[in-house]
Amino acid sequence: MIDLRDVHKSFGTNAVLRGVDLSIRKGSSMVIIGGSGTGKSVALKCILGLIQHDSGAIIVDGSEVGSGDRDAFLARFGMLFQGAALFDSLPVWQNVAFRLLRGRLKRPRAEAREIAVEKLRRVGLKPDVADRFPAELSGGMQKRVGLARAIAADPEIIFFDEPTTGLDPIMAGVINDLIREIVTEMGATAMTITHDMSSVRAIADEVAMLHDGVIKWTGPVTQMDTSDDPHLDQFIHGRADGPIEAVR
Amino acid sequence: MMATAPLAALGRATLAFLASIGRVALFALDALSHVVRPPFYGREFAIALLNIGWLSLPVVGLTALFTGGALALQIYAGGARFNAEAVVPQIVAIGMVRELGPVLVGLMIAARVTSSIAAEIATMKVTEQIDALVTLSTHPMKYLTAPRVLAAVLVVPALVGVGDVIGIFGGYIVATGSLGFNPAAYLKNTANFLEALDIVSSLAKGAVFGFIAALMGCYFGMTSGRGAQGVGRATKGSVEAAAVLILAANFLLTGIFFSI
Repeated sequence: MIDLRDVHKSFGTNAVLRGVDLSIRKGSSMVIIGGSGTGKSVALKCILGLIQHDSGAIIVDGSEVGSGDRDAFLARFGMLFQGAALFDSLPVWQNVAFRLLRGRLKRPRAEAREIAVEKLRRVGLKPDVADRFPAELSGGMQKRVGLARAIAADPEIIFFDEPTTGLDPIMAGVINDLIREIVTEMGATAMTITHDMSSVRAIADEVAMLHDGVIKWTGPVTQMDTSDDPHLDQFIHGRADGPIEAVR
Repeated sequence: MMATAPLAALGRATLAFLASIGRVALFALDALSHVVRPPFYGREFAIALLNIGWLSLPVVGLTALFTGGALALQIYAGGARFNAEAVVPQIVAIGMVRELGPVLVGLMIAARVTSSIAAEIATMKVTEQIDALVTLSTHPMKYLTAPRVLAAVLVVPALVGVGDVIGIFGGYIVATGSLGFNPAAYLKNTANFLEALDIVSSLAKGAVFGFIAALMGCYFGMTSGRGAQGVGRATKGSVEAAAVLILAANFLLTGIFFSI
């Protein structure tokens, strides 16, 4: 469903992606792991067209990114941002129903609110949260609202950018379980970037390890622990010694 | 090599300055193109009207009131040097309507609105809210810039009109209250002296200054650097640029309107 072929991206002299090749099957949950600053977020933003890649091809369902109707392309995606990226000026329900209140997916206001409340319930939030503002919510609640917004328009593809960063282990577990459940019940294709190994084990069908701008290893999550790739082995066991330099 | 270093630095600075002018010009064209192309975001436009127009009224009113009063005192004191104290109503009217009204309102809007727009959009950028807008199929220029620019172009002339009236009223209070002017004669002199071109130029300046103020806020917000420092720089830069451009535009517009 999503194919990255020899994708390169540099910022000035800093080559972040140096030939990324990756395939994500329809309906699967791919988790990309790698250290901080290895280009995971850049790869994700290149797929969405938020950042323009320098060379190579990014193909979604047979069409190159940026070649067709951009609105139609983006309407297929939902995304949970690292810091939730909720709009401060809007109440929670309008954040969740943002896409349903404008553009080609526009619905009547009452119906959009009903859907928003239902999606909030799906992520474990009570209806009274709907009228609060993002600044009134805890970090975990904001992540849930972000998740509700990502799934509000029933997207085919959902991206999760560091979904558990900044959360306590219990809340991280709750978010991981929610993501797994929602992706499974919606039948969506998911791509998550994280360096939290508990997220990887909870969410992934397949795992790809990004290091030095290229995919060092990719395979099913069940084979991750038995892989003989030294980069992956060092990363999943959190060892300071190995081919990945601790100080980058 | 050492001898040419200052020249090279000057060249780099000049090129960077010209490049920034080009970027602002392209941004302005992009913003204008989104103002006239659907979809239109009515709620965001209404909020911008409220923030830029209605909520700026107190600061604009007080600035104009004190300036009009001070102007009356200055003209009276200055005019006394050559027995021309009687021109206070006329000079207050022409000074407020042609120059001080639009310029002071423009600068107040730059201080109050440009900074607020820049800080808000820059914060949205560093917290990935702009990226979130894009993933939600909403063009940031259309959703954030177009409503603010359009609202400023429409509402700042109205603020200038209000500022002009309040400024003249400030002069009237001082002149009739402490300088011994007859109230009816003061108002009559003011009304008789002002011409339609004075008022048209005042409102036209307001529209241009509103455009500059909103555009600079949006431009610096959208191009902000990362973190709190990025937001701070964007806010400071937006106010500096808006204030300088408003004063430069005022000079140009004064030349266009009154050099005929």
